Parts: sequence; structure tokens; C-alpha cells
Amino acid sequence: MLIDKIKERFGEKVVIFEKNSHRVFIETGKDNAKELVRYMFRDLGARFSIASGVDTRPAVEILYHMAFDKHDLILTVRVEVEKPSLEMPTFSDFMPAAEWIEREIYEMFGVNFIGHPKLETLLLPDDWPQGVYPLRKNTFDSEKENKEI
Amino acid sequence: MAKETLIPIGPYHPLLEEPEFFKFYVEGEKIVDADVRVGYNHRGIEKLAESKTFEQDVFLVERICGICSTSHPFAMVRAAEDVSGIKVPERAQYIRTIIGDLERIHSHLLWIGLAGHFIGYNTVFMWAWKYREPVLDIFEVISGNRNHYGMFKVGGVRRDIENAQVPGLLKAIGDVEKFCAMLTRAVMDDPMIQARLKNIGILKKQDALDLCVVGPVARASGVDIDVRRDHPYAAYGKVEWKTIVLQNGDVFDKAAVRLLECQESARIIRQCLEKMPAGEIDAGVREVGVGEGIGQHEAPRGEVIHYIKANGSNFPERHKIRAPSFMNVPSFKKTVIGQSIADAALITAAVDPCYCCTERMAVLEQGTDKVLLTGEELVRLSQQKMEQMRR
Amino acid sequence: MLNKLFKWGLKKSLWVYHAGASACNNCDIEILDLLTPKFDVERFGIVLVGSPRHADVLLVTGVANRQITPRLKELYEQVPNPKVVIAVGSCACTAHMFRDSYNVMKPIDEIIPVDIYLPGCPPKPEAMIDTIMKVLGLLASRQGK
Repeated sequence: MLIDKIKERFGEKVVIFEKNSHRVFIETGKDNAKELVRYMFRDLGARFSIASGVDTRPAVEILYHMAFDKHDLILTVRVEVEKPSLEMPTFSDFMPAAEWIEREIYEMFGVNFIGHPKLETLLLPDDWPQGVYPLRKNTFDSEKENKEI
Repeated sequence: MAKETLIPIGPYHPLLEEPEFFKFYVEGEKIVDADVRVGYNHRGIEKLAESKTFEQDVFLVERICGICSTSHPFAMVRAAEDVSGIKVPERAQYIRTIIGDLERIHSHLLWIGLAGHFIGYNTVFMWAWKYREPVLDIFEVISGNRNHYGMFKVGGVRRDIENAQVPGLLKAIGDVEKFCAMLTRAVMDDPMIQARLKNIGILKKQDALDLCVVGPVARASGVDIDVRRDHPYAAYGKVEWKTIVLQNGDVFDKAAVRLLECQESARIIRQCLEKMPAGEIDAGVREVGVGEGIGQHEAPRGEVIHYIKANGSNFPERHKIRAPSFMNVPSFKKTVIGQSIADAALITAAVDPCYCCTERMAVLEQGTDKVLLTGEELVRLSQQKMEQMRR
Repeated sequence: MLNKLFKWGLKKSLWVYHAGASACNNCDIEILDLLTPKFDVERFGIVLVGSPRHADVLLVTGVANRQITPRLKELYEQVPNPKVVIAVGSCACTAHMFRDSYNVMKPIDEIIPVDIYLPGCPPKPEAMIDTIMKVLGLLASRQGK
């Protein structure tokens, strides 16, 4: 039912993969993601559970995990953010819950969330070197490099 | 004059002179702004997880937090099992439920003790922590350790509960249930505690929804969510229990939710011990497979969610961990602004972050960041307010 | 000899300061548990103090990450001599599973000198009490110097 509403509203802009009745993955472009997540949050009553990033090497993939508690369902929106520009609009303007995780993805992967009210490090120390993004795949290629930082 | 017993709450952080966590900016007695700095505890666990096998990761994530040390393994193994739909044997599901809710009781009692200390009721602290001990003893009987139980593995649990142990465990949990009921009545019926805790630090329902808070913080503000009921797993769907939801969103309601939940947890554990079927405790999983999995668990503080991306090897490609406090701590800004500094310690503690964080608070001068009051002084202010109310 | 030590110990309370580096808090809770009725360390004369300047014994828990390392050194300097440092828990002893993390610099004993290692995850409260009592002898010998 929820999936049908999304299909109806977004049509070709989304590719839906239903893994099972509890796990659905929706792939969409960077330009459409904000509209989709806003629709889920405001109109469909989803709870933003968390977002996760992963370095797929050509890009950084961000997943927005939206929980629908009344339907025992997690709908995950998959967005690819291409390197080297790594820019994404912030979702914190309509969803304050996203503020912290966008800061974390910024410091761990280097994604710039445009329009974020306070895009600075969250977990890393103040003297952490610029441009070193710990969760990217090739960041700590040797142990020596790790300790020198 | 009574001797002042120093009860150190939380590790006395080396940064005692330099406040690092909760910062409160005041004008007179009122808090006008608040900020929180995190990261003092950052150990790079998500990156470490990629270089450890799934089996090692279960032990790694257990040590994210000592208080809810079973919640992270619970969510993690569920995420790993979600990748290729591994089915966990029924007996193991019951044992997981027992461990999960025993932890809820011990964590809530710990928090009650802490809150008691913050309002100067050191008896509550001593009582709550004394009666935590039988819960830890039950853990030791079942798992071999008071904390960090090492019970979870992908596909099941590591240790079985012997049939001969069950009568003793039932009696012990009965005693815990009686104590929780007594503590609940003592705390909730006390007019001084009501006066002190009611209408302090209110989190409005709309703010709770916008910030997507979870657990008792959400349920105290009228947001009716609980992973155990909404996304049923383990044996939670097979036993009778209630979700506790209150409406005011103040510190009193947050405490009440936790107190009442202890009794519900004892009910769950008792029923699980009685209904647990015979059978295997381990599915004998050899590999996690390829794909993505998401696992949730209702930890004492709220929803824990893990996401695992597996690539067919023994190591996760990506392991995302989100603890409930990540969603709940930002809500303190909404609840603390406009309140008096005497209440700052209590309101912050009501969010129930990893408890050591609540010690790292300070009142700073707007503009210069000069420390006006340290965390210890804030706790003392809170205790003094209660003293004054009693007179 | 043991009798003399014991008598000396009973006359003097042991003032213990607990410094938590980036810990998971389990060891910290077990240390706090020492105050509760079941273990009640105050009957042995062990007192947890709020300032390093008053301490005889420094209990360190957790791994030292980048943020904590310089502070831990400062803290150690503030504890007056004679002092004994106990690394409580496996994290403080060896950094165990966190050793290879990008945010963990060195194990505690490469930052400050450690006298006693108390492994365990977490160590039992009984083990902690036993260790702190053994410290009496160490302190007495340092006092003499």
C-alpha cells in the first residue's frame, strides 16, 4: 500500500526492490532523494531511523533508513553521490533528526551537505588533519600511516 | 552536621578543568542556550569492524557501551541474519529475549539510582544499586559474567540455560519483580519527588517526532513506539506484556516509564523461562552471505539499529552502528532551554545518555566560554534545590 | 612484617581517584559498585575522592584516544607522590581489541607509568578490592623512600 503510493507519486524516478515484506530498498537520483524522503517523513508518517554511508570507490552511497513502525517495515532510500564533488542537499531543514548524522557522514566520508546549519566534525578530535576521511576505503592503507596521523 | 559522602557518578574525566560535554549558557539563573560536544569516547569502532570477522565483531560491539552491552550484539546478529534470512532456533530466541530484558531491568535500576543521587536521595541510589546485584547474579548464572555476557552469535546463542537452573531463576526474578514494584510505589507516590520532577524539562510531542527520538524518552512524550511490538522479533511476540506510554514528557514521566518497564520486563522474563521449548540453541551458521541486512533491538534507551553490508567474505564490507542516544541526546537542547541551572543536571540525565556523559557538564559565560560552574557543582545545585523544597 | 603493614594500613585511609579514559563504562560501573552495600569498600578505609590532588591511588580505565592522551599525562602529574597507578580492565592494560583503531594512540602504560595491571572485562569488584589492598604494601615501601 505504502509502496503503491510511492510508485504512483514518483513513477520512473524510483527503482524499487522488495527484499521481503519488512525490507524494501528504493533507489533514486540525488535530485529526487530530498523530495522522496520528505514525502515519506511528512506525508506517510515514517520515522527517520538513521542514515549510513559506504564508500563504493567510484562514489559514496548514502542510505536513508526510514522506519514505518505501524507496518513493521523499513524502507531504505539509496542515493549515489559521485566523487569528487561529493555534494548532497541537507535534509535537516524539514527533518531536524538528520542534523547529527549528516555531520558524521561529512567527517567520515567528506560529503558536503549544502545548507546544513552547522557542518563541522562531530566525533573526530579538533586536531584531526583535514582531508583524511576515516571511513573511506583507501584512507589507512598502511598501519604506519595510521599511527603517524 | 552530617558527613557529606562523595558519590562519584561517572568516571572523573581527566578533562575536569576543561568541560567537554554538555555546555549551558546562562543569564542569571536561566539557561538561554545549550550545546553538546561529543567524541570524547570515539574509538573508531565502525572502521575496526571492517577488519574483524563477523564473529569477532559481536565481541567488539558488545564493548561499545557497558550498560547496554547486550543490545548492540542483539541488533548486530539480527542484521547479519537479515542478509540471507538465517533462521534462528526457537529456544535461542527465548534465551535472547531473557537476556535482552534482564539488561533492561539492570539498566533502568542503574538510572534510577543515578537520578536519585542527582536529587539528593542517596538512599534511592544505594537501594537501586543494591537490588541491581541480584540481577547481575542472574546474569552470572546464565552467562558466566556480570557484564559483557558474550551470549550472542550469528545464528543463535552461545550458552544454554539448564533446566535445573530454571526454578532458581524463576524465584530470583520473582524477587526482582517484587522489589521493582516496591521501588516504583516509593518513588512515584513520594510527594517531594513529584514536586521536584514534574513539569521539569518537558519534551513536547511534536519535538519528539521531529527529532525522531526513541525509547523511554519518546514514550514519555506520548510517542507510542517500541521495536519489540512494532517489528516483532525473538520471543517478544509470544509473551504478554504492555508498552508503557505517558503524555507529559517531563522528567517525572521519563522516570515513571522506566520504573514501570522494569516490572513488564520481569513479566516477560518469567513467561520466557516457563514457556521456553526444548531444542537447539545454534543454527550452525558457516557464512553470512552476500547482501545487506538491517537489525533492530529495543535497548533500554531505545531503538538500536545496525546495518551490515556483506560481500561473501568473513569480514563486513560496512557495518553501521547507531545507538539510541544518538537520536535522544540532541533533544536535550529543547528540554533544557528556559529552565533553571538547578535543574540542568537532572534534565540532562533524564535523556539517559551513557551515564558518564552527564558528569561532563558545565555552565559557561556567553561569549567567552569561561567556566562558571562545573558538572559537580551542577549536581550539588540540584541536590540543594531538593533540600530547600523539603524545608 | 605483614602485621605492621596491616596496622599502618588501618590507620591510613586509601584515597582513590578514578580517571576514565575512553571507556565503555563497564569497569567504571564496577568501580562505582564498590561503594554499594554489597561490597562497601569504605569499611576498608578506601575512599573515592573527587580530585587527583588528594589521591594516593590512580585507577585508570579505558583506552586512551587522541583527545584523552595529553589530559591523562596532565592528570598523572597532578597526583602527589607517593602514588600508585592501577590499570583497571583489559582496555587499560593492553588496549586489546581497540589497539588498531585510527583514534587510539598508545596503550596507557606508554603514556604514564603503570604499577599494577588488573585485567578483566570487567574485573570483578572482589578483584579490585584485593588489588587495592595489595597497594598498601607498595605505598608503604614508597613512603619509606
